[in-house]
Amino acid sequence: MNNVFQKIVDTIVDAKGIDAASITPESTFKDLNVDSLDIAEMVMTLEDEFGITIELEEGIATVQDLVKLIDERIAG
Amino acid sequence: MKLLGTGSALPRHCVTNDDLATFLDTNDEWISTRTGIRQRRVLTDETLQSLAERAARGAMENAGVTGEEIDFVLVSTVQAETLSPALACDIQAALGIKCMGIDINGGCTGFIAALSVAQGLIASGQARLILVVSAEALSRFADWTDRSTCVLFGDAAGAAVVGEGDGVEDIRFTGEPRRDVLCASTPPGNSPFAINPAPAQYLKMQGQEVYKFAVSHSFRDIRDMLADHDLQPENVDFYLLHQANMRILEAVRTRLKVEPERFPHNIERTGNTSSATIPVLLDELNRSGALKPGCRLILNAFGAGLCTGTALVTW
Repeated sequence: MNNVFQKIVDTIVDAKGIDAASITPESTFKDLNVDSLDIAEMVMTLEDEFGITIELEEGIATVQDLVKLIDERIAG
Repeated sequence: MKLLGTGSALPRHCVTNDDLATFLDTNDEWISTRTGIRQRRVLTDETLQSLAERAARGAMENAGVTGEEIDFVLVSTVQAETLSPALACDIQAALGIKCMGIDINGGCTGFIAALSVAQGLIASGQARLILVVSAEALSRFADWTDRSTCVLFGDAAGAAVVGEGDGVEDIRFTGEPRRDVLCASTPPGNSPFAINPAPAQYLKMQGQEVYKFAVSHSFRDIRDMLADHDLQPENVDFYLLHQANMRILEAVRTRLKVEPERFPHNIERTGNTSSATIPVLLDELNRSGALKPGCRLILNAFGAGLCTGTALVTW
């Protein structure tokens, strides 16, 4: 499991108090009760963590969608 | 420059989240958990000018000044009642004022921008007593078919009279040109010479990007302002942030590590009224008796541009 996924899981666990084991790449943010502003807040943490700037797009539905967006940004 | 008096005015008509749910696919729980907003006021048969006049009259009475004494009027508005003349001129007749008036569009940062212009006019000796009014009718350009944005906005006017003296200690701005995340356009007109005129577009906003911008900038702007004046967050009595979204206010507050009592809010009743939010909130605090002489305030706004403004004020 990659570092970005683990970091996202940690951030969701911190913010929402959800059991880490229940979060998979296929989990939707809707199911995790993570709304659009929670995602924005999480992305701010991840931007600082990885030293990147992420432009949030429509259609980030699952944890994997966000991992992909951040991986692409880290790869430049 | 000193703040001498405040005033505010809201439209009569109140629109609750349940009212919005009658024509949008939304509900009170969705709106209130994401924004903190329960209701907003919108113009029906009233005019923006009448709101601006009411707020201005309140501020002049509160300051104890007459129309003849005002020698400059600054109105902050994203869209005034008319293209011309400026709203800052149109409101003068009802208030017994006769002087230069200009409208300023600083987006949601407009009130702080107008304070800054006023400070310059007073410091240069071009004016002594200035009426500053933020008057906004977002209901006129919000997209009432877009449930992700129209639920956020309301109409309002807030005003302050400012003059010579001490009080406004420091005002600062930042900017980051980003048209993509928050914009609205005016009607294209009917010029026969225009090639492919852009159609009118109601307000569009990318909420997540605005959230990120607002939280990161507000926190940084306030932190830097305090540090440069050798102040700790707890040395400020009230933080009057632009009332855009309760979640933004909370995110900034928790980053500054100050208690909720120092972050007054009225967004639950008013929604986001652009540059009017800060002077309306300031007036409500003033009239509640919460502002004692010597009270230290931070005003902080962020919005279209994107721009941010921060003011350190002693009441």
